[in-house]
Amino acid sequence: MKENNKTYWKGLEQLTNDPEFVKNADREFPEHLPSSNGEDGGPSRRDFLKLMGFSLAAASLAACEAPVRKAIPYVNKPVDINPSIPNYYASTFASGGDYASIVVKTREGRPIKIDGNELSPINGKGVSAIVEASVLSLYDKERLAAPYVNGEKSDWATLDAQVKSKLAAAGSIKIITNTVISPSTEKALSQFAETFGGAEVITYDPVSSYGITKAAETSYGAAVLPTYKFDQAKVIVSFGADFLGTWISPIEFARQYAKGRKISKEKPEMSRHFQFESNLSLTGSNADYRTPIKASASGLAVLSLYNAIAKKAGAASFNATAVEVAHLDKAANELWANRGASIVVSGSNDPNVQIVINAINDLLGNNGITVDFSTPSFFRKGDDAKMNQFVADLNAGRVGGVVFFNCNPVYDFAKGAELAAGIAKAKVSIATNSTMDETASAVQLVAPDNHFLESWNDFNPRKGEYSLAQPTISPLFDTRQAQESLLVWAGSESNYYDFLQENWKSSLFASQSELSDFQQFWDQSLFNGVYSDNSESTSISGVADASAAAAAISRTYKADNAGTELVIYTKIGIGNGTFANNPWLQEMSDPISKATWDNYLTVSQKWANENGLKMFEGATQKAKLTIGDKSVIVPVLVQPGQAIGTVGLALGYGRTKAGRVANGVGVNAYELLDSSKGFVNFDITEGVSIELTSDKYKIAQTQTHQTYMGRNFVVQESILPEYKEDAFAGRYQPKIYKEGEFVKPSKISLWKGHQYSQHHWGLAIDMNSCIGCGACTVACQVENNVAVVGKQEVLNRREMAWIRIDRYYSSDAEVGDNDGLEIASENPEVVFQPMMCQHCNNAPCETVCPVAATTHSSEGLNQMTYNRCIGTRYCANNCPYKVRRFNWFKYHDNKDFSTVNVAQNDDLGKMVLNPDVTVRSRGVIEKCSMCVQRIQAGKLTAKREARKVQDGEITTACATACPTDAIVFGDMNDTGSKIYATLKIQEETLSATKEVNEERAYHVLEEVNVNPNVWYFTKIRNKDKSEA
Amino acid sequence: MQVTSSVREPLITGGKTLKDVTHDVSRQVEGKPTLGWILGLLVAVGTLLLGSLALVATLWEGIGMWGLNKTIGWAWDITNFVWWVGIGHAGTLISAVLLLFRQKWRMAINRAAEAMTIFAVICAAMFPVIHMGRPWLGAYWALPLPNTFGSLWVNFNSPLLWDVFAISTYFSVSLVFWYIGLIPDFATIRDRATGLRKTIYGALSFGWDGAAKTWSRYESVALILAGLATPLVLSVHTIVSFDFATSVIPGWHTTIFPPYFVAGAIFSGFAMVLTLMIITRKVFKLEDYITIGHIELMNIVIIITGSIVGIAYITEFFIAWYSGVAAEQYAFMNRAFGPYAWAYWSMMTCNVISPQLFWFKKIRTSIVATFALSIVVNIGMWFERFVIIVTSLHRDYLPSSWAMFYPTLSDVGVYLFTFGLFFTLFLLFAKFFPVINMAEVKSIVKSSSEKVNK
Repeated sequence: MKENNKTYWKGLEQLTNDPEFVKNADREFPEHLPSSNGEDGGPSRRDFLKLMGFSLAAASLAACEAPVRKAIPYVNKPVDINPSIPNYYASTFASGGDYASIVVKTREGRPIKIDGNELSPINGKGVSAIVEASVLSLYDKERLAAPYVNGEKSDWATLDAQVKSKLAAAGSIKIITNTVISPSTEKALSQFAETFGGAEVITYDPVSSYGITKAAETSYGAAVLPTYKFDQAKVIVSFGADFLGTWISPIEFARQYAKGRKISKEKPEMSRHFQFESNLSLTGSNADYRTPIKASASGLAVLSLYNAIAKKAGAASFNATAVEVAHLDKAANELWANRGASIVVSGSNDPNVQIVINAINDLLGNNGITVDFSTPSFFRKGDDAKMNQFVADLNAGRVGGVVFFNCNPVYDFAKGAELAAGIAKAKVSIATNSTMDETASAVQLVAPDNHFLESWNDFNPRKGEYSLAQPTISPLFDTRQAQESLLVWAGSESNYYDFLQENWKSSLFASQSELSDFQQFWDQSLFNGVYSDNSESTSISGVADASAAAAAISRTYKADNAGTELVIYTKIGIGNGTFANNPWLQEMSDPISKATWDNYLTVSQKWANENGLKMFEGATQKAKLTIGDKSVIVPVLVQPGQAIGTVGLALGYGRTKAGRVANGVGVNAYELLDSSKGFVNFDITEGVSIELTSDKYKIAQTQTHQTYMGRNFVVQESILPEYKEDAFAGRYQPKIYKEGEFVKPSKISLWKGHQYSQHHWGLAIDMNSCIGCGACTVACQVENNVAVVGKQEVLNRREMAWIRIDRYYSSDAEVGDNDGLEIASENPEVVFQPMMCQHCNNAPCETVCPVAATTHSSEGLNQMTYNRCIGTRYCANNCPYKVRRFNWFKYHDNKDFSTVNVAQNDDLGKMVLNPDVTVRSRGVIEKCSMCVQRIQAGKLTAKREARKVQDGEITTACATACPTDAIVFGDMNDTGSKIYATLKIQEETLSATKEVNEERAYHVLEEVNVNPNVWYFTKIRNKDKSEA
Repeated sequence: MQVTSSVREPLITGGKTLKDVTHDVSRQVEGKPTLGWILGLLVAVGTLLLGSLALVATLWEGIGMWGLNKTIGWAWDITNFVWWVGIGHAGTLISAVLLLFRQKWRMAINRAAEAMTIFAVICAAMFPVIHMGRPWLGAYWALPLPNTFGSLWVNFNSPLLWDVFAISTYFSVSLVFWYIGLIPDFATIRDRATGLRKTIYGALSFGWDGAAKTWSRYESVALILAGLATPLVLSVHTIVSFDFATSVIPGWHTTIFPPYFVAGAIFSGFAMVLTLMIITRKVFKLEDYITIGHIELMNIVIIITGSIVGIAYITEFFIAWYSGVAAEQYAFMNRAFGPYAWAYWSMMTCNVISPQLFWFKKIRTSIVATFALSIVVNIGMWFERFVIIVTSLHRDYLPSSWAMFYPTLSDVGVYLFTFGLFFTLFLLFAKFFPVINMAEVKSIVKSSSEKVNK
């Protein structure tokens, strides 16, 4: 070891300890470097370079624009708001009488998503497309940001002073409103009315149900809507009432309807549904027996049903022209056989028809059971006659002052144009509308209302049922709740919140005895969002006498009208047009026509053939529709199921002052409505002529192929009698030959197969429950920040929807006749198939991606990594379900898309984005993630609470929104889960391949053996064997 | 020791001597550009610039500039890609496979055919890059490069990745093979040149000295490269066909694709060689080197490969029927009788029917007919790829997603761009590089040119 202690010298200098060496020993360069410093101590070359470098860097840095960071941390953090943790508030959506009790999800104080309120006895957890989409309207930058006086921006003090002084001198004052179902609002209205000398409140509804309320008044002495209970009906007969889509309270009805349509081996029974209608409605497309009838004969059809039932009941029948309506006798027989457990409804707005409907339900003993007038509903209170009178008064100069309370009659009332002309004749005109819409722009004073998500309110949609709305964000603009405006103008000191609370204290709190503390009562009601008052129902007695009505029907309806008839309807997405400026709704694919961004004249195939119109890929021609002296030019859409001799046109389009999204989209059908008979008539049966023009037009449809080409590997369906005999009815069970026997495709695989040791997520979709309403598609769009691409891009077949509802019509052709199969039947059977990423366990997309951007998770999900995606689109091509969507352009922050994709372009719109989901960049593929962000959030919560994830705790946006519970999401590894039970999974296994015992469950394209995690249940129609 | 066959037609006509060969080929390189060449170049560069507008628009705005949609994710882009790769097959086949088979007639045409291969592969390789949604990343993420993204690697299961390897291997081997062959000829030009040209061609000829040992090494390298390139001729289009064959889409999922694609590639490649050679021999007055005999031989290859392709089309139909798979059967019925029937029948006419005309000697030895049919074949082959890609995608399993594809100006423009690029490169090659392999042709002058023997 001694050798190792040798001393080595760097050189002789070290050995000799040369003083010169010692001095420089610790320096890197012992020698003097000429450039290190100027001889004279002045700036050296290096200093010069340093300075120059610094100044260059400084100059160039200064030239760069510093990024503006808009996310600011809280200085004082609000108690309830934790970054990235959502808060949920119970509230209520109401637009006129369209109602839903909701739960609003807020993130960092921003409402971003609306779900149904499970506690609600009316809509439950279900919502509709409009309710889902309404959150975007909150962030509409075209909402008024201040009060307007004579078209000029003003302030509230000026406005209030003007309103008060002008109204005091106005004389006769009318308040025009859509249905108000809020007791406190009604009270505020009456307080206001009292202040100004008994001003009259006139209610109208854009889509009126005056016929029903009027008929109820005649029949039973109360102008109300009954409570319908479709779940308690074994036989449902509907004359043109689209109760699943747009009629009165569709979410509630869909929910009830689905209860009667769910079948299983244990309960192989379902309701039978007859529909008699002119346009193919969503409801009609779900019917077991659908008969297209002309609108002019609809009254007579109701009358013949009455007569048929009266004959059985031994009651007197009425004289009526006989009409040949297929399935009507069958319906009568079955209604009679199910007395007290059946329901007959009509969408007609003619009081006479509704009186006969009441009489039929009375004969059948349904009144009080399925049609309950003793528990009245308040969804529609509009009085067409009064509104007509008001328009006449206004034009005659008999109205001194008019207040439009959150309504837009200039656009959505039949006599809108007349009304618009008359407004100027009133001394003072006021609107509380929150945008400068058709009505607001015609009045002197605009006092913009808050958005409903910024407001307090209460609702009483049905006798005994109440709900509350609470603000989920401070008002974004300088707006004021309309009710508060009324109170201010009425000279009240209290604000609306106190007014509301006081109201609840004096009425609801006082009438209950459970809670003694009002604050507790209030908090509980607010927390639940709903409150049920167990007051006794007042029984409405009396049997409808229909003789006068029957006589009137015989006079006005004809069995053999030769002329063309126009039946005006509402679409599920746009509804009455109030929310037309919402791009999510405009781009929502119509459940029936699959069209977006337009309304159009629906014509029968026969009409198209006669007029030489052939539609291909949405390319069509325009037609001139003339009714009396009014005419519109409107594109034509060939609609299977359209009654011969009728055409249909949707309301809600042709807005002129809705905003940048809706202006100029489609034509306004309100102008065509007929109010000459004292009620607004949606069926125009006389004086209609259509002339096909040579103008070419393209309707943007998301699906242009109508039929499923007899492909039983896609759609599997059967009828109830077959199902009762064999639960496998309608199933296509492919078998593949392997080593001497035929085996299931899943037994042959190249892959070893995944094992999921933790969760195995899956979806079970019941095609029998799915009514095709499309609420899930909008829910998905909201949840997952799916871009809106606009009409042109939909025409280019590039909509981004992650979930779509495939709608197929039946065809009369035989399998094998490829050309014939492309043509839908004249009155087709319809099937809806929600289609999203199937999360295949042998995913064809995963193997083909060159950069492994799409991979399989350890929980069975097919995952898309946007950051890794280079956009070869190979995965999309190789997807047998065609559910992958490519970002053809940059849809966010792009002026080309700023008018349609508002949620990703302007700063205000972006507030609606879900911060848990990436906004995708140009050039990447995206698709359904099975709401992986919700799965992660649910797992994290469970982990934090040191427990297992409970079934039902995590669910996808589509499953949540579904009003009919057609979509079940869950963990297929969890033996206690709903999906495990629904599918009857054979054995507990961690394998990706789950064998199921449920006979109806199948995989779409089973023979390809991509082994999806999404299961479908066969569609079963309640048809008799002979007629299927 | 040269033996002239009394049966075989001479490969070179016009009684060329060794000097004539050198002179005839080199004078194109040494002379001033002809008016025809300048006009041709202007047209080519013009097309290139015009097409580049579409290319830039696509790169700037996104793939949305094309007519693709949610159902049809590939159309003109991959059609053009496969088409160009197919064209790029002939060069290597001629120079490598025919070298191994000692087919001496290849010598006059292999240089230009190889150049065409390289340019076609360049055009082809452009499409996989520009068809990506994010080419700025995809251009290198598709390569198996060590990276800092964690243990993130490419997906070796993906046929697109196999494409990357196949195309890049084929391109590099073809390029080396072509260039090695050029070296002695560059040296010839260098030896005749003065001034700047001497320096440039001197550099390009890598100091070729013409020594016996050098020649010997040259021959060995050529043989080795030919051996390497031969499997590539089969592999490239086989792998390209895997893009479709390994998928699950009816009409794509077809095991016959590899041989069928290779045959199709040779078919279209020979047609393209013919198109170009007929022009080149005329413009550069090389009729004595590229003779009717050459043209006839190539036409025979076209009949054979065209017939193979025809049989493949029919086999596909048979298998679709025989499989009993409804979606598969529909895919083929839809091809022939659906909305894209016009494309299918264009393909059938151009690829299967028109080459049969070459059974007539009069037609296969006619310059005009050959030229016209060579273009028809390439149109047909473009339609073949279009039919496979678009008609299979546009109506696959779920009828709800069925759609049509309509090309946009950008689709056309990008295709034009590749034409511009191809012809610009080919014209530059024709002017500055010896279009005929002088060194090799000289080796057959003695056996084939009557004047030398007399």
